[in-house]
Amino acid sequence: MKKLLALTLLGVVMTTATAQARDTDEVRLAIDVPYEPFVYRTPAGELEGFEIDLGNELCKRANLNCTWVEQSWDGIIPGLLSRKYDAILSSMAITPERENQVLFSIPYYNTPSVWITRRDRDIDISDKDALEGLSVGVQRGTIRDSYVTQMYGDTLDIHRYSSSQDVANDLISGRLDLSFEDYPLAVDTFHFKDDDSEFKKIGESIKKPVSIFGKGAAMAFRKRDKELAEKFNQAIRDVYADGTYEKLMKQYFDYDLSLPVGEK
Amino acid sequence: MEQLNAWFTELLSGNAIFTANTLGYYLDGLGSTVRLVFLSLIIGLVLAVPLAIARGSRRKWIKWPVFLYTYVFRGTPLLIQLYLIYYGVVFIEGIQDTFLWAILKDAFYPALIAFTLNTAAYTTEIFHGAIKATPRGEIEAARAYGMSRALMMRRIIMPSAFRRALPAYGNEVIFMLHASAIASVVTIMDLTGAARFVYARFYAPFDAFLFVAAIYLCLTFAILYLFRYLEKKLLAHLKPING
Repeated sequence: MKKLLALTLLGVVMTTATAQARDTDEVRLAIDVPYEPFVYRTPAGELEGFEIDLGNELCKRANLNCTWVEQSWDGIIPGLLSRKYDAILSSMAITPERENQVLFSIPYYNTPSVWITRRDRDIDISDKDALEGLSVGVQRGTIRDSYVTQMYGDTLDIHRYSSSQDVANDLISGRLDLSFEDYPLAVDTFHFKDDDSEFKKIGESIKKPVSIFGKGAAMAFRKRDKELAEKFNQAIRDVYADGTYEKLMKQYFDYDLSLPVGEK
Repeated sequence: MEQLNAWFTELLSGNAIFTANTLGYYLDGLGSTVRLVFLSLIIGLVLAVPLAIARGSRRKWIKWPVFLYTYVFRGTPLLIQLYLIYYGVVFIEGIQDTFLWAILKDAFYPALIAFTLNTAAYTTEIFHGAIKATPRGEIEAARAYGMSRALMMRRIIMPSAFRRALPAYGNEVIFMLHASAIASVVTIMDLTGAARFVYARFYAPFDAFLFVAAIYLCLTFAILYLFRYLEKKLLAHLKPING
């Protein structure tokens, strides 16, 4: 009888524990390191960057006690769903496919993507006929991959890589004619703004269509954690409203990646 | 055909991941995997026969280079060999201007070279072992008939060595199929590449990888069946009489 009671009690405790989505102020935030200047490690081993500052600021406003968890991009959504952490704050763009799996906050920034080629090459990206048969390198499974697949699938020869460094190598070697890369990542990998860089940006920066590039980057939560998401939504609106966001942004960027307040 | 089409469409409706589009990726992937593995095995086999004979030579200057080759290629991971041949050679000064670049530019040929050299090394060792295991009596009998070394190799040693090597070689073929899964790291859209693409696009690791695992299983089954058939035919004389 005692045993039965104990078992029942244990059962009750376990059901309440799982039924309640969250009941502490402890929040573990997952981030894929490095992604300069959003997040990187200092030589001393500390995490720094725009998203780290922003994340800490948001947590402060939402009265939450946050810790950072490093997680590589490949497994970042499965890790959230298997409760290795409670939220993702890692420049994750909102897409319909991802919305099937996770709950997004309101977006907090959006970056454009750019076409990159070697400095000694002359390619007119707006002339589709001239692009026929050229090869482009993208990171596998990213929204840039979706964009070139959808827009240039019949024109360009698409090569999919695991890292953007491999793309840079194959641009130098001549295996690739073009790369289509996220703006900040391109600055970091291709250094196309430097005078002695081997690469250059061609054409306009691209943010549209929204159906591919999404509404911007947002935090991601498990679908049941609606309350937690709402706390962060309010915090995002707050940092926009009082200018803290812009101050943080100017500290790290020389271009504008803010999004109109509170629009989803 | 139309009926099949309709059935297929219905099967796939309401399924977000396995659309005709993604199945197309898997089909292309199957094509590249089969092409890559088949070609590397054939070329590797052709290379391995003379290498295995050289490996058993009594002359040191023939024997040692072959040993060194098999030692290096069996002693390092295939992934590293692939990286070296695909990414590494790019940094050899001026390679873009040589005729070699036409071959190395595409991702397919560096992978084919790496796979071929790797399987040739293993196959050489398999054949070498089989040649060494030739019963003394057969060789003595061949000598007694006054056969030259070449004739003996052609008529006595090689035919029986091939038979003895068959089961081990069947394993090597299966290993090669599975090892080919790394081709996607150099941008080849093989079966695993297709699975990784679907995984990265839909965040559905189970669906993407279980599906591709099933395809690999089917391929492995076909290889197993082929080698069982060959063994039955070629090793029939080794079976127990009433077996």
